[in-house]
Amino acid sequence: MVIKLENQDIDSRLLPLLDAVNDPEIPVLSVVQMGVVRSAYFTAENQAIVKITPTYSGCPAMDTMAVDIRHALEKAGIRADVELVLSPAWSTDWITPQARQKLEDYGIAPPLSAEADKAVLLGQAKIVACPQCKSKNTRLISQFGSTACKALFRCDDCLEPFDYFKCLK
Amino acid sequence: MSKALIQYICTVADNNLILGQRLGELCGHGPNIETDIALTNIGLDLFGQVRSYFQYAAKLEGGNSSEDTFAFLRKENEYKNVLLVEQPNTDFAYTILRQFLYDVYHIRFMEHLQQSNDETLAAIAAKGVKEVAYHARFSADWVRRLGDGTKESHRRAQQALDDLYTYTDELFHHNESELNLVNEGIAVNTAQFKSDYYQTIHAVFSEATLQVPDQKYFLKGGKKGIHSEHMGYILTEMQYMQRTYPNMQW
Repeated sequence: MVIKLENQDIDSRLLPLLDAVNDPEIPVLSVVQMGVVRSAYFTAENQAIVKITPTYSGCPAMDTMAVDIRHALEKAGIRADVELVLSPAWSTDWITPQARQKLEDYGIAPPLSAEADKAVLLGQAKIVACPQCKSKNTRLISQFGSTACKALFRCDDCLEPFDYFKCLK
Repeated sequence: MSKALIQYICTVADNNLILGQRLGELCGHGPNIETDIALTNIGLDLFGQVRSYFQYAAKLEGGNSSEDTFAFLRKENEYKNVLLVEQPNTDFAYTILRQFLYDVYHIRFMEHLQQSNDETLAAIAAKGVKEVAYHARFSADWVRRLGDGTKESHRRAQQALDDLYTYTDELFHHNESELNLVNEGIAVNTAQFKSDYYQTIHAVFSEATLQVPDQKYFLKGGKKGIHSEHMGYILTEMQYMQRTYPNMQW
């Protein structure tokens, strides 16, 4: 039986195995929760095909994710082929609600809507909540942060710097 | 057909490749940590797009070709990037102005490439256009800050604009490989957004209190493989490892 999780199409036998593979840059989320795995199924020859899509074109974590997925499935005795697909383009909308909560618990502010995101990055609105103290008295330090998908913020109340996951859609 | 398409892919990808290489030179040398990270992140996005383009080109060419052979093993006149992107990181104002003049073009180019009849190119563009939107926001922001900043930052930004403006017209030239593909709905007809491009950059220059140069003669050549002296130095550094240790991987 193939189960549907958001708009992913993952064989139920592969789902627990793939859900155990973490994003190397954001280790609290699995490649499934990130929405990076688009589909996973078995061929007639019992080989697994896993299709993944990059968050950003140049995301250096993609190669690592592909290797980690292959290893995880091999350990379970499954021969796997990991293919990179570009279309449809990855969107932050694909990050599941549970994953958004996990991001925040980990110290990364989850992405806002596209319009809010633009206002935030242009410094017009203070709506990104600090993941530490929840204050919205925060400001942008740099549109580009520790990885391609994040911007760097600072909380003006607790003075802690933090990452904000940029909206991409 | 596929030969013309490969040519076109190189024409498109080489702009990103060479600009990405220029931005990579700044790794650890940015004026402060935030801009250092921003510029190299932009370079990374550009390289990511280049990989998608060249993987596609390698698939079309077949044989032993790979994304690496396209990136590292061509001769200078086989690179078809515009002259703008090979201009050096003279100072921060040059880096920003070069980026801005390319970003504004790039975002429009990607918006149109999304509509290409070639599915792979359309998919690469649909992915990349979101990234380029961030690049354009960053560079436009800095053009305003430098132009409308201190006397010295204004002077340097104006100098960079005066020098780099002469390379903008080439963005809208079509080489032979492009013309046929434009008619087939595969390549982007850049002429259709030329006036929009100039309107957009001029509006930002006006906000930045920068004077638009009174340019009558524009430099060109890169799209035909005729490059400035800078190109040889870029390739020497970029190709060094593959030329010295053929087929090396890491």
